[in-house]
Amino acid sequence: MNQHTSFLRKKPKLDIFANPNAELVFWCIFAVGLMMVPVFGSAYFLYMACLVCINLVATVGLNITVGYAGLLSIGHSAFLGVGAYASALAFLHMGTPLALNIVIGAVSAFSVGLVFGLPALRIKGVHLAIATLAAQYSLYFIFQQWTSVTGGDRGLSLPKTDILGMGDTGFYYVVAFVALITSIAARNLFRTRIGRSFIAVREKDYAAQVLGINVVGVKLMAFGIGAAYAGIAGALLAAFLRIVNPDQFTLTSSVFFLAAVVVGGRGSILGAMLGAVFMTLMPEILREGISFAMGPEADMASVLSPLREIIFGALIVGFLIFEPRGLVGIVRRIMGHREVVDAGTGH
Amino acid sequence: MNLFLEFSLVGIASGGIYVLSALSFVIVYKATNIFNFATGEMMMFGTYFFYVFDTQLGFGWIVGLAAGLTSAAILAMIIERVLLRPLLGRPHLVLIMVTFGVGSILRGLAGMIWGPTVRQLPEILPRTPIFIGDILLPGKLAWGFVIAGVIAALFMAYYKYSRAGIAIRATATDQITAESLGINIRGVFLLAWALAGVLAAASGIITASVNGVTPQLGLVALNVLAVVMLAGMNSVGGVILAGLFIGWIETVVGAYFGAAWQSFVPYLIVLLVMIVKPSGLFGEEKVERI
Amino acid sequence: MIQQLENLLQVSDINVSFGGLKALSNVNLSVPSNRVTAVIGPNGAGKTTLFNVISGFYSADSGSIQYEKMDLLTMPAHSRSKIGISRTFQNIALFPGMSVLENIKLGAHAQLKTNVFSAAIYLGSAAREERAISERIYDRLLNLLELEDYADRSISGLPYGIQKRIELARALAGEPKLLMLDEPFAGMNTAEKANMANHMRQIIERTNITVLLIDHDMESIMSIADSISVLNFGSLIASGTPSEIQKNPAVIDAYLGEE
Repeated sequence: MNQHTSFLRKKPKLDIFANPNAELVFWCIFAVGLMMVPVFGSAYFLYMACLVCINLVATVGLNITVGYAGLLSIGHSAFLGVGAYASALAFLHMGTPLALNIVIGAVSAFSVGLVFGLPALRIKGVHLAIATLAAQYSLYFIFQQWTSVTGGDRGLSLPKTDILGMGDTGFYYVVAFVALITSIAARNLFRTRIGRSFIAVREKDYAAQVLGINVVGVKLMAFGIGAAYAGIAGALLAAFLRIVNPDQFTLTSSVFFLAAVVVGGRGSILGAMLGAVFMTLMPEILREGISFAMGPEADMASVLSPLREIIFGALIVGFLIFEPRGLVGIVRRIMGHREVVDAGTGH
Repeated sequence: MNLFLEFSLVGIASGGIYVLSALSFVIVYKATNIFNFATGEMMMFGTYFFYVFDTQLGFGWIVGLAAGLTSAAILAMIIERVLLRPLLGRPHLVLIMVTFGVGSILRGLAGMIWGPTVRQLPEILPRTPIFIGDILLPGKLAWGFVIAGVIAALFMAYYKYSRAGIAIRATATDQITAESLGINIRGVFLLAWALAGVLAAASGIITASVNGVTPQLGLVALNVLAVVMLAGMNSVGGVILAGLFIGWIETVVGAYFGAAWQSFVPYLIVLLVMIVKPSGLFGEEKVERI
Repeated sequence: MIQQLENLLQVSDINVSFGGLKALSNVNLSVPSNRVTAVIGPNGAGKTTLFNVISGFYSADSGSIQYEKMDLLTMPAHSRSKIGISRTFQNIALFPGMSVLENIKLGAHAQLKTNVFSAAIYLGSAAREERAISERIYDRLLNLLELEDYADRSISGLPYGIQKRIELARALAGEPKLLMLDEPFAGMNTAEKANMANHMRQIIERTNITVLLIDHDMESIMSIADSISVLNFGSLIASGTPSEIQKNPAVIDAYLGEE
């Protein structure tokens, strides 16, 4: 009669891990891996690691909205923009510290997200997609036109943030720490009633309602969390690149994040992580490939930017048709893993 | 007052192209229930097709139009048959994401093939301004409006009276019943997309005949979305009024408040419609609230 | 009057129509506490409509529903779970994106307290709450409904009868006062029906739950219901004990008319 302990072994799993210990090991390896980057990496490697971590935060956020809650947001980069501008302005005008800037980024993107999301989320259907597309265009427009505040096309320039006198490495540790914390926090949501309510709303909203879930409230929360994650990523991006301008937050970069979610695997935190890594590295490999194929003289910008649009779009379409579970699905198959849960891809 | 009338006429005239692209959007939504986020890009690509046949290959505008519109129809059918058909039965979210991805691919392809420079289309439409009383209308705009009107009327007639149009309407009303009556649903989907391709291309060509074409032409899609939202996503008749209205209000706002405000008009309308009447002015009350 | 039972739910003069079509007209129904009340009737009689009004999916044109002295019709649908109303669905509304255990846990959603911040941290209260609810489900429900082996399985692919039991477990996870079962026997073979009825009897014996159920299956209903109401064409045509209903000519007529 040992039934009391039996449930302890049966915790929900992170996608592919058969038991919770494996998951713990995964997080430890991930954390140690993040810590080791500056030890072994070159300056370029460190730069890429920062970029991966920032994109990871934004992608995990978008996956909560799109993958878990089933709400299509196609203006994610605009919310990164809100976070970036808000934190940059706070820093420039009030000299706020980085930690506070991150919070400011999250809160401002969350609030702006709700302004755009609120009317759409009361209604079923594609309205959120339309509203977020509208957010994409109009926020870009504000970034560009409100010159007295945003600096127009030239944007805002920020001084270097030095963390504990460790220079770039110190900054990397901040970014890596935030990426780790936000991923674990997202993962934790799905151990509890909060995460369950997101999936329930995605799959059968009427049943969710009967179970006591406030469907509109949950949608707002899922969308708001996604926007807040984007805001955090935006604040990090501003401090990292030390420049904020409208062209960082175009429709193409929203397509980039949606592609990262789809490629990695919808409804999976591990998927969002894989997707962010894949999507961040892909353009770099592409760049190398082009300069190899066309010689160093090639007019990189004119080829690369349309090519990125083609590839991001093709990845979305291709994965949705051929591998709807994304990279996580592939990893799972390689590991010969039995399907535990139909992780949101019947979707 | 005269000035206001002039702005109004210019606005309504420029609304003509919104009507065409909104019809392209609505026909797909009605027949297949897919919200096509690639409408703007289909518009842009259709215009480039025309440009290729007319200017780059030098066939002249008559052959260019025929070949351009045909290519646009074929492209639309390929999108339906190759990319969307395999996903039938999957959740809507997936299908919509695919159209969004397709839009990105088409934008990229256009940038790759034709570059970011403005390509001018041949001068088909007369430049001579048209006077209505003492109000002056730019010739291209006025003729563009007339042509858009003719195409819209032809489409409406086809949609109302032809066998194919009736099949589309039957499918829109009730897919299962339509199928049991022997209507070839898959054929209807294909046809709806082909029509959407032609309408989008026509609207793109008319737009571009004034300002030329760039890969960014498809960005008018947001204005078109405003039209569709205002009319109601499934209202074929409603988009005509809504299209003209959006054209009018944009121009008037632009004239009196400056171009900066003009860009916010579509968004404000989208927002307002969602808050006040999510099914649009003429749409069926299909909208479910929770 | 013989014996005045206290009613947990009192449906009074409910009218519902869809575009001019009357779905329910002047329906009155008393659901006494700690009893099993069944609503039967031919297809399209309005049984599910009645459930959907009680759940809050449809709004009534007129009439009232009292639940524990509360006016149910003024409460939003999602707040009815918190006051102890739960239900199952005719076509099984489980979530294939979650495991069996997670599905059942959702039944207790309204009773759990974790908010988004404590969930994100998942130390202390949130983790404790999850452990407690898992334990409670293992102890009280999985055993009772013979679902222990399925806790970590995916919903899709499980046999119909098991899915029906999972949905029942989910409806019970929040420890409701009123359990509404929408055709619990639909689509089952004789053995499965007997098994389901057996499980339901055990639940009723062990808890002091009030059950409101609808179904066609007279035999199963007769075996568990304390009282039966009969709906036909949106109107209540009879109510009484199972044996009274069996003899009621109007009921026999309605049922024979259907064949």
